Amino acid sequence: MLTIPKHFIDDIISHAKEAAPLECCGILAGKDGTVTDMYKMNNTENDPDKYLMDAKEQFAVVKDIRAKGIDMLAIYHSHPHSPARPSGIDTKLAFYPDAIYIIISLQDSEMPVIKGFLIRDGKVEETAIKIN
Amino acid sequence: MPVKVRIPTPLRRITANQGEVDAEGVTIGGLIEDLEKKYPGLKERLCDETGAIRRFVNIYINEEDIRFMQGKDTSVKDGDEISIIPAIAGGSEV
Ligand SMILES: [Zn+2]
Repeated sequence: MLTIPKHFIDDIISHAKEAAPLECCGILAGKDGTVTDMYKMNNTENDPDKYLMDAKEQFAVVKDIRAKGIDMLAIYHSHPHSPARPSGIDTKLAFYPDAIYIIISLQDSEMPVIKGFLIRDGKVEETAIKIN
Repeated sequence: MPVKVRIPTPLRRITANQGEVDAEGVTIGGLIEDLEKKYPGLKERLCDETGAIRRFVNIYINEEDIRFMQGKDTSVKDGDEISIIPAIAGGSEV
């Protein structure tokens, strides 16, 4: 199970709201299933219904994670107008089967919904996230 | 002259869990062929049916993205460090 300190959840929701109506994206890293580091990333996709992490920034984060001796635990992105579940394109472009894909839905702007999923070989499975 | 290639977590199943492997070649394309001999199945994860590097695979020589160099024809030299990094992308249902 993935454990995420509450302040990171607040930061992810703020990130999603700032980016809306576009999608936001980022990386959560840590050790033994507990998130210790959050990286807000730039979305370089021009299409408002897609996201693509800035490749150069992603490379820098990969190196930072390695230098800190932690692991990439989760990848988050927002769905400004749709539910918190992976879309067809999310499933097709899920290249990290060991990471938890977190989706923040702002469909109900008063009540953001955050869910985590494992996406492996085209199969999607919801996985629990513990917030503390 | 072998160069060091960093393998991302999702591809380590193919490299017997190694995060770093050695490969030989004078270009990125050559390195990929050498890697495929040692770790069959790796090439199709990096290249499409036409042999081009897949759109969602980023490859770096040291700090440089090969897309902004000569792609697969970019030459590599002794001591270079190659990093393979699958992109992170997706979207919403429209
Ligand atoms: Zn999505």
